[in-house]
This record gives sequence, structure tokens and C-alpha cells, in this order.
Amino acid sequence: MFTTNPFAELSASVPPAVMQTYVVVMALLVVAGTLIEVVHKKSARYFFENWRASQNKAKQPVGAGQMVSIAVQTAVVDVMASGEFCNARRRLAHLLGMYGFVIYVITTAMMVFAYPTPTTPTPNAVATLWYIGALMVCLGGYWFWFFIRVDVAAEGNSPFRFVRADLFVVTLVLGTTFGLIWAWLETAGNTMWATIFLALYLIDTTVLFASIPWSKFAHMFFKPAAALQKRVEETNGTRSNLPVPADAAAKFGSVAKHSNHY
Amino acid sequence: MPTFVYMTRCDGCGQCVDICPSDIMHIDKTYRRALNIEPNFCWECYSCVKACPQHAIDVRGYADFAPLGHSVRVLREEEKATVSWKIKFRNGHEKNFVSPIRTTPWGSIKSPSDYAAPTADAMKSQELAHEPESLNIAALPALKPGQLKQGVV
Repeated sequence: MFTTNPFAELSASVPPAVMQTYVVVMALLVVAGTLIEVVHKKSARYFFENWRASQNKAKQPVGAGQMVSIAVQTAVVDVMASGEFCNARRRLAHLLGMYGFVIYVITTAMMVFAYPTPTTPTPNAVATLWYIGALMVCLGGYWFWFFIRVDVAAEGNSPFRFVRADLFVVTLVLGTTFGLIWAWLETAGNTMWATIFLALYLIDTTVLFASIPWSKFAHMFFKPAAALQKRVEETNGTRSNLPVPADAAAKFGSVAKHSNHY
Repeated sequence: MPTFVYMTRCDGCGQCVDICPSDIMHIDKTYRRALNIEPNFCWECYSCVKACPQHAIDVRGYADFAPLGHSVRVLREEEKATVSWKIKFRNGHEKNFVSPIRTTPWGSIKSPSDYAAPTADAMKSQELAHEPESLNIAALPALKPGQLKQGVV
């Protein structure tokens, strides 16, 4: 099962062109949804106004070299390593979901466009990565959903309560779950149940990409921008108006030596 | 001066939800970020502001005595056991303060759940749980009947 391309098997009943069109439509929905989100919530305006305010109050200018260094640090630490998370469990769950989703999306596109039928055999590694990506999303997503969410873990709400803030996580996790079940049924040759789960998979995936203006899907775009701004503010000295870090005390917690008002 | 949350900085970790003594910091149902659900009930204790690891919580002053341009920001550094305050006045003046917040390393104090449950006899005692040993004294000072004024006993 983990080396078969479910989309190639599906090509017996659904033409590859239809599958490819669906993927393109989903990609267009991401672009459109993100643009609507930016315009409607004015997130770009908020970002640039903050950026200008920070530049105006800067205590020291940020050079081009420093800006490149900050951008690299943001990309490597804050984006690729989810470095902004303070809670190790949340960070790990996010890394699983993020990398799982990236692997899952890339391999889906590869299988649908490059290996859409059995006549173009799918490399085992590509098919296996699709399953691994989907499983990573499920692992990180269900872990977050049942055990890490603050409204469940701290506020005591039911893990099955559904609010708008859950739209992205639920559609993402259910989409990959339905996809995995559909792939398994497709490989097993259970046509009726495979069709049912294919329908669920498509409905869920469509909701995931079509609901961007109402879900937190777009956080993958504005969170890196906010992380970059935070690092720039630390470098230019404004630090979001925060105090400068204190000098370490000569003796830990020493009142006499440490109380330093200035 | 109730608190508010910068949505772009908050990552919904829930530290403020756990620490708020008024139980008014909750997770937003639309954006999964923290929010102050009842600003009128905010004690202005700054617990959430200090606890937030992302510095995503700030305090909005009332317009009559804290007009536009003011700011009160706080930075808690656990590893140094310090809390730093930066007060910015509307005329541009700034005041900075640094104070120690404890004398023992962060995380070194036993949690109440780490102590043994009190016995039935201890429950009948007038002393609080784990007194007097938790106070590092042999016994709590107490008046003897002979020390009291006549007529009290």
C-alpha cells in the first residue's frame, strides 16, 4: 500500500486531466483566499504601518547586510524550525503538521501531474513520502487536537467542540485521514467504500482551500512577516517598546546588589 | 487599565489563561489567540503581561490619565530572576526599572502537589498544611493560657 500511487489507480475511472484541473483550482483558491484575507483583514496595511512606525523610531539603522542576516534567521529559526513556540510539545506538533503538509502537497502534485496513470510508474519514494506526509499531519494534528489545545487542556472544553478557530486544523487533519483511508480502500479494491471516502476526501480538501478567508490557513504567510518584524525591531533598538534585558545579578536574586533603578 | 493581546504575536500557548486570577483570559473562538473576555473585571495585576513568553499582551490605559503616546511595558527574565519595567510618558520621557523577583532558581520551589497529603490528625490541627516544618521553624509561637488576660479563659 505504501508504495502505490492512489491517483494512478483512480485514473481508471477519473481522467488525469480532471484531477490536474482540480489541483490547479485548489492552488488558485489559495491565492485568491490569501488575497481576500489580506485585503479584508487589512493585515498587509497593519504590517506596513507597524514597519514604518518602527523605522521612524529606530535608534540605530539596520543595514542591508543585517537585513539579509535577519531574513535568514527568520527563515531558518522562526519558519523552518518553528522557533517562536515556547512550548516544546506545541512546537513538535507544529513541526509534524507543517512538514507533513508540505511533503503531502508536493508529492500530491508530483503524483497527479508527473505520474497520473499506471503507464508512468510512480517511484516508490514519491508514493511512500505521500503516505508519510499524511501520517505526519495526522500525528501532529490529532496530538494537538486532543491533548495540546488550550481550550481543551486548560479551559476544560470537550475535545469534540467545534468552533471557527478549528476550521483549518479539522479540515487539514480530516482531509489527510480521509485521503489515507481512501488510498487503502483503493489499493484493497473495495470500490464502494473507496468511492465514499474519495467523496469525503474531495469535499474536505475543497473546504480546506476554499475556506481560507474564514480559517487560519493564511497564518503560514503572515506569521513569518510578524517574526521578521520582531527581529528587525530588536535590531533597530525599538524592541516594541520593551525594556532592554537586565544585567545578570552578581548573586542570583540578590536584592542589595541587584535592585538597579536608573 | 485592562489588558489586550496583539494577535500577530500571540501563538495561543495559554500561559495567560493559566495564570489569570480573574479567569478572564481565554482562547478566541475565531482566531485561536488569547483575548481578555471581560476587560471590566481585569485587576490590572499584570500577571498575564509578565507571563506571556511572546510579549504579546499589553495594557491599554484609560484615556483621561494615560493619553495617547504613553506605554508601560514589562519584561520578565526567569533565568536572571528579574523583572524590568519601561515607562514611557507622552512627552517622550522614559523611566526604566529593574527589580529582582525571587531568590531561588526558577522551577526550584516544590509544587503543592509534590507534598504528601495531610493525615486525618493534621486536618484537625489549627496549623496549615506542612506547618511548621515548611516554615523552617520548630514550632509556631502560641500563647499559653497563663499568659492571657484574666477573664479571657
